[in-house]
Amino acid sequence: MPLFQSSRVVENQIDEFFDKVGEGALVFDEGVRAYMQDRREEFDHAIGRIDRLESEADKLRRDIEAYLYGHSLIPEHRGDVLGLLENTDNIIDTAKASLYQFSVEHPDIPEQYRPMYVELAESCCKCVEALLVGARAFFRDVGAVKDSLYKVHHYERQADELSDRLKRDVFDTDLELARKIHLRYFALNVERVSDRAEEVADRLAIYAIKRSL
Amino acid sequence: MVETIVLLSSGLFLGWSLGANDAANVFGAAVGARMIRFRTAAAVCSVFVVLGATISGAGAADTLGRLGAVSALPGAFAVALAAAVSTFWMGRLRIPVSSSQSIVGAILGWNLYTASATDSSSLVRIVSTWAACPVLAGVLAVLLFLMTRWLITVFKPHLLRLDHMTRLGLLLAGAFGSYSLGANNIANVMGVFVADNPFSDKSVFGLFTLSGVRQLFLLGGLSIAVGVTTYSERMMRTVGTGLARISPVSALVVVLAQSLTLFLFASERLEQLLDGWGLPTIPLVPASSSQAVVGAIVGISLLRRAGLRRRMIGGISLGWLATPLLACATSLILLFFVDNVFEQEVARPQRFRSDAEVVGEVERLGLPAVKLAEFMGRERTNALRMSRELQLSAEAGPAWMPRGSGGSPNLPDKEPEKKLSYLERVFRSDVQEDAEADAVNGGPAVHPEP
Repeated sequence: MPLFQSSRVVENQIDEFFDKVGEGALVFDEGVRAYMQDRREEFDHAIGRIDRLESEADKLRRDIEAYLYGHSLIPEHRGDVLGLLENTDNIIDTAKASLYQFSVEHPDIPEQYRPMYVELAESCCKCVEALLVGARAFFRDVGAVKDSLYKVHHYERQADELSDRLKRDVFDTDLELARKIHLRYFALNVERVSDRAEEVADRLAIYAIKRSL
Repeated sequence: MVETIVLLSSGLFLGWSLGANDAANVFGAAVGARMIRFRTAAAVCSVFVVLGATISGAGAADTLGRLGAVSALPGAFAVALAAAVSTFWMGRLRIPVSSSQSIVGAILGWNLYTASATDSSSLVRIVSTWAACPVLAGVLAVLLFLMTRWLITVFKPHLLRLDHMTRLGLLLAGAFGSYSLGANNIANVMGVFVADNPFSDKSVFGLFTLSGVRQLFLLGGLSIAVGVTTYSERMMRTVGTGLARISPVSALVVVLAQSLTLFLFASERLEQLLDGWGLPTIPLVPASSSQAVVGAIVGISLLRRAGLRRRMIGGISLGWLATPLLACATSLILLFFVDNVFEQEVARPQRFRSDAEVVGEVERLGLPAVKLAEFMGRERTNALRMSRELQLSAEAGPAWMPRGSGGSPNLPDKEPEKKLSYLERVFRSDVQEDAEADAVNGGPAVHPEP
C-alpha cells in the first residue's frame, strides 16, 4: 500500500539490522570454531565477514535513527526503540572485538579446552538468536517478547556455567600462571557476547511492559 | 449593520473561547502526544468545525431554542456574553468548562428575567444529557478500546505501521470530531441569536441559497475557527496528560468516542432513521465535548486499571455543577444592565390568543382535550401564566414549549406532551421566528405572524 510505503522501508531496515546482528553471531560462532580447529583461512574469512556485517549494521542503525527522529515517528516508544537498536548493535561490536582479540593475541589453547570454548561460543550464539526473536516480536507482537526472553536467560546461564567450569579446569592445572590468566581472559572474552545479549534482554523486558500499557 | 455586529460580538466571543478551549478536546491528545503537528490540527479542525456548524448545526440549535427563545437581539447579546464570561472565568480557574452548560445556564437566566416559561421537558432532556454524555462516551471508549486491542492482537501490525495508522486515524477522527463539535456546539454559540436572526436568505452565485440561519452558523463557525487557530495551542499541548497518561492508540480511542458521542447528539438523520424504525431516538442536544473527553478517559483508565487523578475528577465535577449556576447569575446581572442602564429591549412581548382558526387547527390534529372555551377570545402576554392555565385545563399532563415542535408532518402520531406543546404554539400569535426555525427543520410553519 503506497500509504505505508515509507513505513515499510524502515520496517525492512529494522529487520535487516536484526539479520546482520544474527548473522554476526553465527559468524562469531564459526570464527571461534575455525580458530579452535586451526582452520586459519576460515578464521580470517570470518573476521572479514564480521567486520563487514558490523559496519553494515552500524549504517542501518544510523539510518533508522535518522528516519525516526527526522519524521517524529513513534514518539511514545522512540527512545526505547533507539535504546534497543543501539544495545543490540553493541552485541555485534563485542563479537567482532572478541574475534579480533583471537586474531591479535593468538592464544595458545590446550587441546583439551578447545571443545569447551566452541561450546561456549555456541551458547553465546544461541543466546543472541533467542534475543533477536524477542526483539523482532517487540515490533509486531509484544505479548510474545517474554516467550523468547526466558531462552536468553537460559543460554546466558549456560554460557556462565561453561565459562566457570572452563576457568576452574584451567586453574586446576600446572600451567604457567600467565597462560592460565590468558586462557581465562579468552573465556571472559567469548562469554561477554552472552552478557551483552542478556543486558539487552533486560531492557527489552521493560520496553515490552511499557508498550503493552 | 454595525449594531448587529456589536450585538453578535458576544456570540463571536463565545465562539472564539469555545474554539480556544474545546478544540483541545478533539486534537489535544494527538498534539500533546506529538502525533500531529499543531498547524495541521488547527487547519483540519477549523475547516471541519465550519462545515459541521453550517451543514448540521440546526438540530441541537432547535432544542436549545425550545429551552428559551431569546426573542430580542440585545437579550441574546447579554445571554451569549454571560455564557462567554462564565466559560472564560472558569477557564481562568483552570476548571474544564462546558460551553453547553454555560449557555443553558445563561438562557435560564433570560427566562427568569423575562418571566418566560422554561420548557421543562427540554431542560430535563438537556440536563439528563449532561449525565448521559460522559457515561455514553465512557462506554463507547471502552468498547472501542477493546475492539482496537483485539484488532492489534489479531493482525499484529508492525510498531511503525501502527504508528502510521494511528496518526491517520487521529487525523480522520479529529476531522470527524471537529465536524461534530461544529454541528453540536454551534447551538451554544449562535443558538440564542436564531430567534431574532439579523440575516436574510442569500443566493450564492445563483448556485444555492444560504438561509439566514446558516449564515449565522457560518459566522459562528468562523469565530470558533479563529479561536482554534489563535489560542488553542497551549490547551492542546496540556490536555490528555491532565487526567491520566494515555498512549497514542488510547488517544485515538478517546477522540473517536468523543466524536461519536457528539455526533449522536447532533445527527438529525440518525434521529429520523431511529424514528423511522420505531426505535427510541437520541435527543438532539448540545452536548459538552469536555464532558465526553473526561468520560472517555475515565472509561479507558478504569478498564486498564490505570491511575486516575481523583482530585482532578472531583474538581471537574464541581465545575460541571458550578458552570450553569454561574452563567445563570451572570446572565441575570447582564440582562439587568442591558435592560435598565442601556435601555435595550431584552425580550419581545409575547401574545397568546385563541380564536376560530386555532380551534379548527386543534380539531384537525385531534389534540388532547382542553377546555378551549375558557380561552376563546382572550389574549395572554405572560407565558408562565398562559402555560399554567393551559396545564390546568389539559388532561394530558404538563408540558410547555414556547416554540413547540410544530410543523412536523407526523405530529398527530407523537405523544400527548408534544401535542400539547404544539397546541400552545398554535395559541401563540407572535412566533415569526418559528417560520425560520421550521425552514431549517424542513417543516412548514403552521401559524406564523400574520
